[in-house]
Amino acid sequence: MIDTTCTIAGILFKNPVVMASGTFGFGREYAKLYDINKLGGISGKGLTLKPREGNSGIRVWETAAGMMNSVGLENPGIPRFLSEEAPYWEDLNLVRIVNLGGGTLADYTEGAAMLDEDAKKRAAAGHPAVDMIELNISCPNVKAGGMAYGIQTETAREVVRLVRSATDLPLIVKLSPNAEDIVSMAVMCQEEGADGVSLVNTFSAMKIDIRKRRSVFNNLYAGLSGPAIKPIALRMVHQVCKHVTIPVMGMGGISSVEDIVEFIMAGAETVQVGTHNFVSLRAGEELVQGLEAFMRSEGIRSLGEIRGIL
Amino acid sequence: MTTASILDNTRISSDVYLMTVSTGKGGSPGQFYMLRQWNQSPLLSRPISIFDAQGDSVKFLYQIVGEGTKRLAGLRKGETIDIEGPFGNGFPQVSGRIAIVGGGIGIAPFYYALRTMPEADVYLGFSREPYLVDEFRKLTDNVTVDVGGYILDKVDFASYDKVLVCGPNPMMKAAQRKNEAAGGAGKVFVSLENRMACGIGACLVCSVKSGSSRKKACADGPVFAVEEVVFDD
Repeated sequence: MIDTTCTIAGILFKNPVVMASGTFGFGREYAKLYDINKLGGISGKGLTLKPREGNSGIRVWETAAGMMNSVGLENPGIPRFLSEEAPYWEDLNLVRIVNLGGGTLADYTEGAAMLDEDAKKRAAAGHPAVDMIELNISCPNVKAGGMAYGIQTETAREVVRLVRSATDLPLIVKLSPNAEDIVSMAVMCQEEGADGVSLVNTFSAMKIDIRKRRSVFNNLYAGLSGPAIKPIALRMVHQVCKHVTIPVMGMGGISSVEDIVEFIMAGAETVQVGTHNFVSLRAGEELVQGLEAFMRSEGIRSLGEIRGIL
Repeated sequence: MTTASILDNTRISSDVYLMTVSTGKGGSPGQFYMLRQWNQSPLLSRPISIFDAQGDSVKFLYQIVGEGTKRLAGLRKGETIDIEGPFGNGFPQVSGRIAIVGGGIGIAPFYYALRTMPEADVYLGFSREPYLVDEFRKLTDNVTVDVGGYILDKVDFASYDKVLVCGPNPMMKAAQRKNEAAGGAGKVFVSLENRMACGIGACLVCSVKSGSSRKKACADGPVFAVEEVVFDD
């Protein structure tokens, strides 16, 4: 029997394959293509207290083995998520993570409190919809805040502390590779009582249209993801894993079973898969099956045997 | 990923190709598939609309505009391609006097559309060499062609109940202005070709401004009533 399970804050993941925020909607679209309950978990589209329209102009640009996006946190807002999407999540059999973003400190705390209150109601009714909050302090596409909180450890500390005190839900913090010191950021999250960290978000990047002599993005910079960033992401995950005891969700360009194994060997408890969902719409199913097959062929009975061996 | 074999891939004009793929998934006019036959570079699949669908095959008309379409053009009969679809809403079922207006590679979804509404008048505009005009003429006598000008100038919106438009963005914006002048709502439909990543409505990169909200070109569209769309710039 192959054991692919993972645990964060006492929450059991069937396997380490978690779909990354912003690449998987709230799961409905992919559920038409395969049974998403086979996944370890999903982190839903990043939510803010109020709905956001996102950025205007071009939102995606391909680059060598990668893509840049400038969606700008377009989302329906937490209240609409709770009324329209959470009922769908109630029926899912996988770890359901809300990705919480914000522009101001008040947005973050009010958003976290609203999620917390709703989670308690649904739990009391026996129909929980949200298992965990992933705090996004690192979205690079929002001018009003987002990025600013994700760069300096002491600025981020304030957000993490406030959100931590606003909810009893398990809390993981999603870190930006653009942080001044990603290790100190992760250590801070542990100090402030986060149950885990996830990293890395996209790298702040740029593309210039040389004919028009301007950035192709209205927001100037955009977030780079995909296989191009994997080696750097892996190094950062490895460094962070060496310095914290809370679980790490590793991500950044994961496109294969081998990539997943690398992140786990670097110390990650689970991984997150983002851009690869666009490369193969059935990536989740393929990776879950592929990981089991790999473990069987390598004689690995549980992920604990290989986790953090480097 | 779903793999299909290529039954044919023929050059139609200097940079336009027609690919026939073996799949029984069909689809309706105006829908599209996500195509790819590469691994990490380019990274994303290419959304290509259905040129025709019959029995166990689907045809795609595409123009070489970048690395992805260049790769598609290099594929040979007998090779395989990864496809997912069909996706998107497709053209609405319409009746009455219908005009179909395609500009350049924007003619792609209209051959299939015309097969389902053979009574429509067809307007095809090309900036340089025209292509596939004879194929459209096999389906109807009412084909008007323009080369080097503005095909929309040849369409009298007032004489039609519905006008379906697909072409470069400036052409669709022009269709919007003509429609506003004629004061019609629910009359002119455009098929957008925004850059996409997932193709199924999850990633929001193909987002279209629509009134005070946003819609997804891939899942809510690609066909929209023209008055719903707020074009960029």
